[in-house]
Amino acid sequence: MQSKAASGEATGAWRLGEREWRSRLIVGTGGFRSLEQMERSLEASGTEIVTVALRRVDPLAQGSVTDIIDRLGLFTLPNTAGCYTARDAVRTAQLAREAFGTDWIKLEVIGDDRNLLPDAVELLAAAETLVADGFTVLPYTNDDPILARRLEETGCAAVMPLGSPIGSGAGVRNPYNVRIIVEQASVPVILDAGIGTASDATLAMELGCDGVLLASAVSRAADPELMARAMRSAVEAGHAARNAGRIPCRLNAQASSPDEGLADLD
Amino acid sequence: MRVVVNGESRDLPDEATVVDAVSTLGASQATRGIAVAVDGEVVPGGRWAERVLAEGESVEVVHAVQGG
Repeated sequence: MQSKAASGEATGAWRLGEREWRSRLIVGTGGFRSLEQMERSLEASGTEIVTVALRRVDPLAQGSVTDIIDRLGLFTLPNTAGCYTARDAVRTAQLAREAFGTDWIKLEVIGDDRNLLPDAVELLAAAETLVADGFTVLPYTNDDPILARRLEETGCAAVMPLGSPIGSGAGVRNPYNVRIIVEQASVPVILDAGIGTASDATLAMELGCDGVLLASAVSRAADPELMARAMRSAVEAGHAARNAGRIPCRLNAQASSPDEGLADLD
Repeated sequence: MRVVVNGESRDLPDEATVVDAVSTLGASQATRGIAVAVDGEVVPGGRWAERVLAEGESVEVVHAVQGG
């Protein structure tokens, strides 16, 4: 607990990639039905970091996600979504560095277009190359403690285990593995993917994650702005509960009213 | 000279550079947040004018879109 306080717990600040942040909620910009809705939702979420994807310039496209991110003063975290090989992911990261002037990258290397689960072998190879090239690498990974450790040893600035497949909304399916990852990690752990509703985000934080990254849970909700607000509260609540030191789970009751001094009413 | 820009074949003059390829998309070096790769190799913004394209090369011009 002392170390938490020393690391800025008292002020709510935390460190990721050599920078200090206040919000522990990272929001993906994908899936919103309009840019206006995205803007309102990002604002409601209180997020400071948002992810974007890189795609071909379309001369006919209307509106710019970059303009909105700039207007809100948010930090752009480009991703390598859609990459299936280390080679493609590294090239995409290099393009992102050129486009945004940032060496931060949310590294995604997926192995299957149906479940979008990470390809561990390609992921680790891409992470090694990008770390060596000076990138701040935030890898989307399986909830595998060994792979998480390997990624950390490679020099990644965080590890980002999935709760369940991207966009599934199935929540945190293996809390035990997330706990093991949290227990062993000395870099921030960010629960990335699978969040469906507020309690999922709270659980992730209660398990000890340093942050939550989500997109669809907000952008595809019936009311994205309201869900963004809910997620903001959920992350804050889970983080506070984690630090507050919860009571142990018991099989039987433990009375909170005193046994002594009961009136004799026979 | 035929080059491929974002998947579409384009006819550009000989000695055309990355600047010319980018302009076919209505973009330029002044356009914020775009990046270019030629045959998979990133060409930094400062080198677009000197990177002469060759017949059959493939130019990818990308920018940020909404994404998780």
